[in-house]
Amino acid sequence: MQIGIIDTGSANLNSVKQAFARLGYAAEISSDPQILSKAERLILPGVGTAIACMQRIEHKGLIDFIVHNHTPMLGICLGMQILAKGSAEVELNSAADRIKTLGIVSGEVVKLQAEGLRLPHMGWNTVEHTDHPLFKGIKQQAYFYFDHSFALQCGSYTIGSTEYGMRFSAAVAQDNFMGVQFHPEKSGAAGEQLLRNFIEEFG
Amino acid sequence: MLAKRIIPCLDVRDGVVVKGVQFKNHEVMGSIVDLARRYAQEGADELVFYDITASSDGRRVDKSWVAKVAEVINIPFAVAGGIKSVEDARTILAYGADKISINSPALANPELITELADKFGTQCVVVGIDTYYDADTQEYLVKQYTGDVSKTVTTSWHTLDWVQEVQKRGAGEITLNMMNQDGMRKGYDLEQLKKVRAVCSVPLIASGGAGEMQHFYEAFALADADGALAASVFHKGLIHIPELKQYLKERSIEIRD
Repeated sequence: MQIGIIDTGSANLNSVKQAFARLGYAAEISSDPQILSKAERLILPGVGTAIACMQRIEHKGLIDFIVHNHTPMLGICLGMQILAKGSAEVELNSAADRIKTLGIVSGEVVKLQAEGLRLPHMGWNTVEHTDHPLFKGIKQQAYFYFDHSFALQCGSYTIGSTEYGMRFSAAVAQDNFMGVQFHPEKSGAAGEQLLRNFIEEFG
Repeated sequence: MLAKRIIPCLDVRDGVVVKGVQFKNHEVMGSIVDLARRYAQEGADELVFYDITASSDGRRVDKSWVAKVAEVINIPFAVAGGIKSVEDARTILAYGADKISINSPALANPELITELADKFGTQCVVVGIDTYYDADTQEYLVKQYTGDVSKTVTTSWHTLDWVQEVQKRGAGEITLNMMNQDGMRKGYDLEQLKKVRAVCSVPLIASGGAGEMQHFYEAFALADADGALAASVFHKGLIHIPELKQYLKERSIEIRD
């Protein structure tokens, strides 16, 4: 099984690679569509800001490669958020109130409305899921590790949701695209099971 | 619901885990990777590694062990110690750390907090604050370069002011190291923790003084800390993480199972 990790310029690429290594799978980090197109599974990781991530994949000429891909692909954290149509996460002091993202999933990324709660939403929280194959063997209300201030709204694409001030998409699926807001690579045994499912359940 | 976090802290010096009392007299506690793996398996929610000598020696944290830690554990961890630039931070995050925690360099150059937040997102940026209660003046003051007693200085910052300042500048989490209590195992300074909580809208981690399971309960239930950090009680086996989590669950604290 060849796993490609799309180099989004995100700082956490290595932790994703190491998570697969712990499961016994070698993953290759690359921004070269030639190399990535050989992978049977693709990971779209992201940490940082939506704008920086979009600029990076645009600069590397990866937008078309991602949008028109038919390989099972898993966006993680910001990598999930950029699957949406747009994001309210603009640069500090920017005049714009939204940036356009990949538009694979029809929802919008909004600032978490967490009145009276701390932001970022950081730590272990529970996920209610729809028994999508990505969650095979994972109980309802399992804890996953989150670390974010913006979130994708719930919609028909939502396969897992979490409550933090508002209910938001913790996991989404659209055709061959999947995404998780939490960090499965840092979510203990439940996260390992989810990554294993991503590899084994979508043949 | 968002769970409260139990966070073992591993003070690293010269590639091994050490622990002192009130930031002095360090004794060796064990290998970094072995302790990291043990805590992750026991149910720790997160780990923090502090290179306690880095800033005061004018060098940055030895990074080779960061990648080794990231290889073996499947929970998040933060690295602190002498991170003075965006490049320093990028290197440590690239090795697999989830957050970088800055302390003395943030005091020397507060703009660094904003630069890191802009580059990596606020969720990556933890500011550690070494706070000291001066019993004579009854003030909470911020100390700098606490890794080496001979170089430690008291800054002009009052703790509550600095807590607000770092949030404005982009800190995504604050770890409050209450120095008077450090290593004493008599409990966190709940009065101080409550005062800081009142002005802290980002996650707040209590640090310094945990000695019994009750102290963790107090930090969560009485001071509403998001996480509680401790070192010696875990390293010396005085508190076992599975028992601690069970104890807290029985007292209706939201804890990851």
